[in-house]
Amino acid sequence: MVYLTRKCEFSASHYYHNPEFSAEENQRIFGKCSNLNGHGHNYTLEVTVKGDVDPTTGFVVDLKELKEILNREVLEALDHRHLNKEVPEFSQQIPTTENLAIAIWNRLRGKLHVAKLHRVRVYELPDLFVDFYGET
Amino acid sequence: MKVYLTRRYLFSASHRLHCDGLSEAENEATYGKCNNPYGHGHNYALEVTVSGPVNPQTGMVCNLVDLDDAVQAEVLERFDHENLNTREEFAAIVPTTENLSEVIFNILKQSFTAAHLEKVRLEETMMNSFEYAGGAELRI
Repeated sequence: MVYLTRKCEFSASHYYHNPEFSAEENQRIFGKCSNLNGHGHNYTLEVTVKGDVDPTTGFVVDLKELKEILNREVLEALDHRHLNKEVPEFSQQIPTTENLAIAIWNRLRGKLHVAKLHRVRVYELPDLFVDFYGET
Repeated sequence: MKVYLTRRYLFSASHRLHCDGLSEAENEATYGKCNNPYGHGHNYALEVTVSGPVNPQTGMVCNLVDLDDAVQAEVLERFDHENLNTREEFAAIVPTTENLSEVIFNILKQSFTAAHLEKVRLEETMMNSFEYAGGAELRI
């Protein structure tokens, strides 16, 4: 079993706001992130897949194919978008890094034909990242 | 949905690797330059990983402010710009980064309860790092 990680970047804006909370609660819990005008990040995404090495090609996965899947399923939907307003997963959910990692996992799940999705890692900042392994 | 959140912090401290139970020659042989009697320092990078379900109300495993406050109060204020050898935590153990990793994990295990403490990862220099998960196996 070999693990392969592909990295890519996207930039997006978001804000944190729960309509069930009062204005004071939103400010207390989410701080600066609750500014309804939004703010942005340069996100780094690392997708790790695992599988046996194909004896003919020497590949776990065709990197070109993985890159195309990441572009189609994730980057086209998220890059230079406002997560709250343009990405369906966040019409009812707060676009925290935790929820973003889960959303990206769900977008990729079932799209890889050879290798198995192992981990989605999303960096919001160089000093803050979230890992999701598909655990319930 | 269990997710893992990792936050990175920086602190600087000095230490000297020296074991009272070893002879001068053995200390020199074991620790080399790190045995210099006057000590030396590092810029440490600490990564703290916590895990848990995502709170549906907040979208968070835990509030980052609470994690930052706990690490600031319990780890950074304790060790940043300090000589580790003079700290009570290292009165009986050598302040290697292995031991420092365990000490920091155990401090945070006691003081931060808003999410499950999964592991700490400590970089002593850009070339070496140490991870401790309370004795559990690390996951890739």
